[in-house]
Amino acid sequence: MIRDITIGQYYPAKSILHRLDPRVKLVSTLLYLISLFLFRSVAGYLAATLFLIAVIRASKVPFGYIVKGLKPIVMLLLITVVFNLFLKKDGEVLFSVWKLTVTTVGLRNAVYMTIRLIYLIVGSSLMTFTTTPNELTDGIEALLHPLNKIHVPVHEVAMMMSIALRFIPILLEETDKIMKAQQARGADFESGNVMQRAKAMIPILVPLFVSAFRRAYDLAMAMEARCYRGGDGRTKMKPLRYKGRDWAAYVIMVGYVVSAAVIGRYAPFKIWIF
Amino acid sequence: MDMIQTEKLIFEYEKRDEDGNVIGASRAIDGVDIDVKEGQFVAVLGHNGSGKSTFAKHLNAILVPTDGTVWVDGRNTKEPQELWNVRQAAGMVFQNPDNQIIGTVVEEDVGFGPENLGVPTDEIWQRVEESLKAVGMLSYRHHSPNKLSGGQKQRVAIAGVVAMEPKCIVLDEPTAMLDPMGRKEVLKTVRRLREEKKVTVILITHYMEEVVDADKIYVMDHGKVVMEGTPREIFSQVERLKEYRLDVPQVTVLADELRKRGIDIPGGILRKEELVQELVKVFQK
Amino acid sequence: MSIRLEHLNYIYSPNTAYEKHALKDICLEIPDGEFVGIIGHTGSGKSTLIQHFNGLMKATDGKLFYNGENIYEQGYHMKKLRNEVGLVFQYPEHQLFETDVMADVCFGPKNQGLSKEECRERALEALKLVGLKEKYYKSSPFELSGGQKRRAAIAGVLAMRPKVLVLDEPTAGLDPKGRDDILEQVAYLHRQTDMTVILVSHSMEDIARYADRIIVMNHGEVLYNDEPKKVFAHYRELERAGLAAPQVTYIMHDLKECGLSVNIEATTVAEAADEIINALENRKNKTVEKGK
Repeated sequence: MIRDITIGQYYPAKSILHRLDPRVKLVSTLLYLISLFLFRSVAGYLAATLFLIAVIRASKVPFGYIVKGLKPIVMLLLITVVFNLFLKKDGEVLFSVWKLTVTTVGLRNAVYMTIRLIYLIVGSSLMTFTTTPNELTDGIEALLHPLNKIHVPVHEVAMMMSIALRFIPILLEETDKIMKAQQARGADFESGNVMQRAKAMIPILVPLFVSAFRRAYDLAMAMEARCYRGGDGRTKMKPLRYKGRDWAAYVIMVGYVVSAAVIGRYAPFKIWIF
Repeated sequence: MDMIQTEKLIFEYEKRDEDGNVIGASRAIDGVDIDVKEGQFVAVLGHNGSGKSTFAKHLNAILVPTDGTVWVDGRNTKEPQELWNVRQAAGMVFQNPDNQIIGTVVEEDVGFGPENLGVPTDEIWQRVEESLKAVGMLSYRHHSPNKLSGGQKQRVAIAGVVAMEPKCIVLDEPTAMLDPMGRKEVLKTVRRLREEKKVTVILITHYMEEVVDADKIYVMDHGKVVMEGTPREIFSQVERLKEYRLDVPQVTVLADELRKRGIDIPGGILRKEELVQELVKVFQK
Repeated sequence: MSIRLEHLNYIYSPNTAYEKHALKDICLEIPDGEFVGIIGHTGSGKSTLIQHFNGLMKATDGKLFYNGENIYEQGYHMKKLRNEVGLVFQYPEHQLFETDVMADVCFGPKNQGLSKEECRERALEALKLVGLKEKYYKSSPFELSGGQKRRAAIAGVLAMRPKVLVLDEPTAGLDPKGRDDILEQVAYLHRQTDMTVILVSHSMEDIARYADRIIVMNHGEVLYNDEPKKVFAHYRELERAGLAAPQVTYIMHDLKECGLSVNIEATTVAEAADEIINALENRKNKTVEKGK
């Protein structure tokens, strides 16, 4: 069901990861993503895997919950696999069916790209699982603060993001409800060709847009009623201040990236699965 | 002292044709005079479309009068420099619980108002804690608002207003979308705030049961105040209320029905205990 | 001809941290032509229950018979079931999407595969049944008032000519007059057609006035399934389930406790008034007799 989408949602728990400064988590996530492309050997992947497992354990987010979040990208993963499997022509030919040939390099690339993609998604969703959207916004706002000088409305953009994140579950639930209501009126979303299916979406999209606009209007009014007037003169309930654990996290992170890069590139053992 | 006073308040919506040209105006509020003293509990009743919500939005300067004046805590809402003072003095709770919660964690939402007011961090925390305690939601401070019931969401919304330390709270149909349990929760919370914090409360609603202990009731219809008085005075006019698309609590209807059928009980009965008492008297005659 | 539920169970997100047993071993029968009220606090399972009636939700376990056929049997024609059991969701006006009311009401019949003329004919009939004035047929549904929008939305379901009409809190958010109007219209529908009506509501007063039978849901179970009078006699248990009886029930009970000989079964204002007047007259007669 549509409500099962967990990507980008906050998972409330009390863990060291939840307590970290959002800036640390943002920078670390970025570093982790970069690290995934720094190496090309099993050893490097091993390091990335171990690190990811350690972080998942530390986050106290159930493993099953994280895996569930991968469901929506299954299609993307399949496409990646197919492209890498069949389009790489170099390397030793493993087998070929009809016009399609699978080579060692193709297979290796497919496996690596899939792992990278999964780690990329898991890594970034770990950040959203452990960071409330408000903290996330604060983090982005703080990190991008220098852009204010060139007149980028950093606070406003951050506020917009945070509100979008809050309304995602509400709008998903609403989509589900409208879909059911139209189904009760005999609407059919499953059969027909692409054009027919696209047309069948109109009875869902129109009410959804109407509702989203109504909510936006209400929310803007509620915000104004609570004296919201942009970022100037605003104080923070949870101002960002680095603590000891945040610096420690930075050190660990840099340590990981360096070692992953070194191990991944220069590890003496290069065991391939084939 | 007057907390809120309106004088010949008029508000017109501009009607536009498809090209956006003004083709006329429709009057949503038509010459309303209301005054609310500090510490009072005042209710504004009216059916959907009677103008009561448009009126409520004037008390917080979300709308400004087309004509006439609104004073909130002695400040004229038309003066631009008073805007934020007005909004701080009169906090507003809206109908849809989902569409007024900004934060993704209960405590962060309650802190939103004080943040906007520029309150120092330590004090924000203090205020958030106090306000959540006042609405009985302190134990939910780390929860996501999406997981709360409608009544709980409205209590969070009320806490968000309380944290701004307003002198007056305007509740615009806060219970219209709630189930009976949620409705009770919200009303109990409002009563507690009145008793403990002595805030002035203006409740806009179409549920009669909610206003039996109001100090004063205004009934609106077609943008005008058509009835004004104590709950007893208002509720003794069952027929007239029905004309304004409203109704009265079942007790009042029953009492009215019995009275029509010749039983000697006074008009404007509001609570079931009163009716039972009166009937016992009748039976003992 | 009826809807019959046998040991129906529904579990949300089974085998996860969010697992919730929303319906527990429900056994029910709703015969044709009845006006049934379903009450229960939020989260009691009543919305989940009604979505089973037209197959929008599929039971985790158990059987649901519509006119004697198990709808979970392979090859059961689900679309036909949805044509016969019309479901009006809460705030149904949020599903309106067409450019004018007429077109929106035609959406259901169109999905049934009817011709343009038939769609129009049914839409007209449905719009008449909900009492929406003709001048609104060509207006955009978004320009109507709250009560009118709701009527249009209900007409959208009625146009499919269902045999069973399920309404999930059709009066939510309406003002007292709007609420009474919609309920009167539903009662009128029930009288005019031989439709079964299943009304979900929070308002005991409303249910007491219209329903032949009340099903009380509590924590996913059927707590009571009986005539209004008998259900409201359990007003203390209802309170424990987060509900309440109509105000008049309390008054009658209080009167009885004060030693007045009134029948406590009254659940509507009219019944209560009759009851009190009767009791008063009986007492007068008695005193007169004693005086002799």
